[in-house]
Amino acid sequence: MDAIILQILNGLDKGSAYALIALGLTLIFGTLGVVNFAHGALFMIGAFVAVTLQRIFGLSYEEVDPDKTDFLGNPLVVDKPYVEKWFGADFGAWLIDWSVPLAIIAAIPVMLIVGFVMERGLIKHFYKRPHADQILVTFGLAIVLQELIKYFFGANPIQTGAPDAFAGSMDFGVLLGFDPNVIIYPYWRLVYFLFAALVIGGVFAFLQFTTFGMVVRAGMADRETVGLLGINIDKRFTLMFGLAAAVAGVAGVMYTPILAPNYHMGMDFLVLSFVVVVVGGMGSLPGAVAAGFLLGILQSFASMNEIKSLIPGIDQVIIYLVAILILLTRPRGLLGRAGVMED
Amino acid sequence: MKMLGLSNKDTRFLLIVIALTLLTPIILQPFPEGSSLAQFNAGYPDLMQRFAIFGIFAIGFNILFGLTGYLSFGHAAFLGVGSYSVVWMYKLLGYNVVPGILLAIVVSGLFALLIGFISLRRSGIYFSILTLAFAQMSYNLAYSVLTPLTNGETGLQVYTNDAQVLMGAGAPNSPHFFGIVMNESSKLNLGGWEFTFNNGYYFCAIVAILVFYLSLRIFRSPFGLMLRAIKTNQTRLNYTGLNARPYTLAAFVISGMYAGLAGALMASMDPLAGAERMQWTASGEVVLMTILGGAGTLMGPILGAGFIKYFENIFSKINDQVLHGWFAFLPDGLENFIIGVSHFFVGKSWHLTLGLLFMLVVIFLPGGLVEGGQRIARAFRNRKSKDDGAQARTQPAE
Amino acid sequence: MSKSNFTRRGLLKTGAVSGAGLALPTIFTSAASAFTNEPTGGTVTLGFNVPQTGPYADEGLDELRAQELAVEHLNGMGDGGMLNTFSSQALEGNGILGKKVQFVTGDTQTKSDAARASAKSMIEKDGVTMINGGSSSGVAIAVQGLCQEAGIIFMAGLTHSNDTTGKDRKANGFRHFFNGYMSGAALGPVLKNAYGTDRRAYHLTADYTWGWTQQESIQASTEAIGWETVNNVLTPVGAGDFSSYITPVLNSGADVLILNHYGGDMVNSLTQAVQFGLRDAQANGKDFEIVVPLYSELMAAGAGENIKGVYGSMNWNWQLSDAGTQAFVKSFGEKYGRPPSNSAHTCYVQTLLYADAVTRAGSFNPCAVAEALEGFEFDGLGNGPTLYRAEDHQCFKDVLVMKGAENPTTEYDTLEIVEQTPVEQVMYEPNHPMFGGDEASLGECNDGA
Repeated sequence: MDAIILQILNGLDKGSAYALIALGLTLIFGTLGVVNFAHGALFMIGAFVAVTLQRIFGLSYEEVDPDKTDFLGNPLVVDKPYVEKWFGADFGAWLIDWSVPLAIIAAIPVMLIVGFVMERGLIKHFYKRPHADQILVTFGLAIVLQELIKYFFGANPIQTGAPDAFAGSMDFGVLLGFDPNVIIYPYWRLVYFLFAALVIGGVFAFLQFTTFGMVVRAGMADRETVGLLGINIDKRFTLMFGLAAAVAGVAGVMYTPILAPNYHMGMDFLVLSFVVVVVGGMGSLPGAVAAGFLLGILQSFASMNEIKSLIPGIDQVIIYLVAILILLTRPRGLLGRAGVMED
Repeated sequence: MKMLGLSNKDTRFLLIVIALTLLTPIILQPFPEGSSLAQFNAGYPDLMQRFAIFGIFAIGFNILFGLTGYLSFGHAAFLGVGSYSVVWMYKLLGYNVVPGILLAIVVSGLFALLIGFISLRRSGIYFSILTLAFAQMSYNLAYSVLTPLTNGETGLQVYTNDAQVLMGAGAPNSPHFFGIVMNESSKLNLGGWEFTFNNGYYFCAIVAILVFYLSLRIFRSPFGLMLRAIKTNQTRLNYTGLNARPYTLAAFVISGMYAGLAGALMASMDPLAGAERMQWTASGEVVLMTILGGAGTLMGPILGAGFIKYFENIFSKINDQVLHGWFAFLPDGLENFIIGVSHFFVGKSWHLTLGLLFMLVVIFLPGGLVEGGQRIARAFRNRKSKDDGAQARTQPAE
Repeated sequence: MSKSNFTRRGLLKTGAVSGAGLALPTIFTSAASAFTNEPTGGTVTLGFNVPQTGPYADEGLDELRAQELAVEHLNGMGDGGMLNTFSSQALEGNGILGKKVQFVTGDTQTKSDAARASAKSMIEKDGVTMINGGSSSGVAIAVQGLCQEAGIIFMAGLTHSNDTTGKDRKANGFRHFFNGYMSGAALGPVLKNAYGTDRRAYHLTADYTWGWTQQESIQASTEAIGWETVNNVLTPVGAGDFSSYITPVLNSGADVLILNHYGGDMVNSLTQAVQFGLRDAQANGKDFEIVVPLYSELMAAGAGENIKGVYGSMNWNWQLSDAGTQAFVKSFGEKYGRPPSNSAHTCYVQTLLYADAVTRAGSFNPCAVAEALEGFEFDGLGNGPTLYRAEDHQCFKDVLVMKGAENPTTEYDTLEIVEQTPVEQVMYEPNHPMFGGDEASLGECNDGA
């Protein structure tokens, strides 16, 4: 029983990552009709906003420590962060410690700008082009973005830890009446789950309850008619793209303590996020979220030793297997709309 | 002139392709050995073989995608199956490539029939994801659980204790076609130039010409017309009482067999089959090749394949040492600046150049590289017609 | 105008000009020369095939630095590095056999196919006599096979699978790096001292050949000191999130977690294991422990604080105090401003060993070179007295047992040396069952003629 609860937690956690990425992707993919192969790169850029902020807070001046020597036997040069000098040692250390959550504040404007520039500068010109051209141009862009990141940050994963306050694990089982130390779960993963729920809820509320959201939803359903009504749908689509980029970006920021970011993490998530979106059904936001959690939880269960010993290698293929089964039984995925990207 | 059931124009086109293919070892070696531009020569056996092999892969992919519009993201699975078939034939029978290639075509055809039959129940993006899912499953299993069959990460290869029952005493100890050993070459030294004529390349080239001819026939046939009709409007086709599925399935199987053949040739040139040949990146590569060159055109996919393979193999090898050699005539400061800028584009950053070129091509040449070729041809033709009336017409790519 | 004429092309230019004067076609086949890529001019070209894109790009970059340094030293530039401490004094700093050393580089992408394509272009286009480098066993075995077929020498870079010099050993291939068995043999006694004999181990293993061979080796050596193996769970390569594999560990009755992962997988699995509180947990009345059998500097950097106190093993480390290590660290550090990694070291040493073997053999013929390397005993290259065993072309030398440092002073000393396990302890028979048994054979040396 405890094993199952743990795997459900793992699944929810994986699922929140999948759902967040798929949510942004489906905003662009299922609603603007653009196959965006650079979406993984947006997730990756978000993660590197956190890395950059950590680096900025960690910017240091050099102080020579005469008692110690470096690897060549010269006196050791110790780096002291500027923030500790400017804001005092305590607050400076707090800033460095909290760089990941603080990066969200930085990531939202950065990602909005990245999204706007991408849409205005490039994607806009591809709305009417064939999907094949969209794939090629966004794939090219994804390569360029990740190579730039590689140029400045290298290829090795960069450890970007959660604040010390969230470093440990919580005895989750006690809450459910289990013995102590049976179900313990890292604080940060619980935070990530809550955060994902918040973002997903926020996006839904935004689209459901604001005029802007209403227009966008109308635009998704019938772009031309909305245009005929004299509403400038283009501008709203730009904002939509920025929103999608921001969702991907903050998902990336918050994921860094779980997965040390490297330059190709976007590509690693790319295929998976497309599978999630399509399994959820094209043009459906609830579908994407549901599919994210479904695949996350099923993947966790498939990784259990009991199941792996029954069917070796099942954890490697479960996502694809489920995708095939769902698409064969439900022609448009879980909640897909007819006519979106079917030709 | 008409031959082999082709129109005048197509015959001329085919002849040009044959000439280009056969002269590749010379065309790709434009710079003399000693010159500093020899770095850009691509006339060595391995790369020429890759041009031909990936050309075949892309030609086949184009039969499905270019004609029917069905975008498969899982064609690498057939490539991998083809390679595994050939290496298994080496292990069991011997180094003659023929049994392996035949088996590869059959096995990849059957595999494509199975995957196509299931995936073609859906269209559009749903179809793409189904094919992707099948290919990724094949890759993940080949890398881990199916290791007894595929030798996993290491790649399937021939060991000295393998059966090889048909191997005679004097038979070559590497892949060969009835005694013609693939990795043997003749070299021609002409002035400063060195040209390499490799048996394996010519084997691939002849196969490539044959399958190119086949695809030309398919494009021009009623079957090809039917496939285009599916791309244009499948619903309308259904109303006329025609069931499109058998036609698309046939196209899927044919293109799967092309992929299997390409995989078989890869293992015929180099007796090893690795699992990453089936990964989604490999499937994506052929998609990129086709779109980059110009989907739906005959020549485009081949150009796209050549373009990507050229960058992968030539640009990745330009290192600091080479750059210093090129720019040594400049003053030190300028030299270092240029080399610093070059770091973004060559050597370990060759991916960046490729990504930029993808974007540039698709932005400025919506029809792919073929359109670029047509534009040049048009400009050339205009000037020519001004010069001396309408003499010989330059052959557009399609 | 620095370093003009540093390229092979530049030097070939003179030859080309004189050749152009003749302008007569001469046709010959590759079999006309005595062996593959026999160097005929005043230079010899070596091929450095390392990952430059993909997850191991940084490791490849460090290998490349070391290889360039080795070429410099061979050509008599710089301070000579380990040439000065190498027990064989055949090399004089005038290139190899008087031929100036040139090199070409390529990108393996850590994919067998790409690595072979890159290696083939080096052999066919650039005429290399030896290929060195790489950062994965799959790639090493693939390129080793290629070099065997083509008739040149392969000096493996970082490859730790038993198979490279086990069931996939080749007459033209040589490995200086240590392997999974040696890691196990070295770690066993250290783990026994640190954690006792009554332990229950849980393995997480990367699901491919390297992972399997290492797991097999570690399981054997920990069971030899009395430990019990609770479970061995295979994890997909590049899984990213290992949570579903880590959560069952704590309630499985195990009190040690062994992570048979490398690179990014190890960084993630270790980080996540620490997040799940395994380091702070108690099991069976003991502190829960984690072991990472194979360490690298880049993994340590990626894992950050999480490696504190975690045991592992390495082929070499810059903190050693012997003369060879000091000479190498000095010349590498002065050129690049950082200490070399153990993959850089192995590539540097392999390049020197190849050059030395050519010089002693008096020929670039791969079969002569192989003969000179087989059974060669040397010292002064950082690992103490070392033997290149003739039967399987594996180097035998001391193995380093490492531990994540509790209080690192710089980013480079995050690992500390616990023990230098003597070579006798990590020795095994050439026909050991983990290395292909009696069936494994080097085959015939191939010089391509």
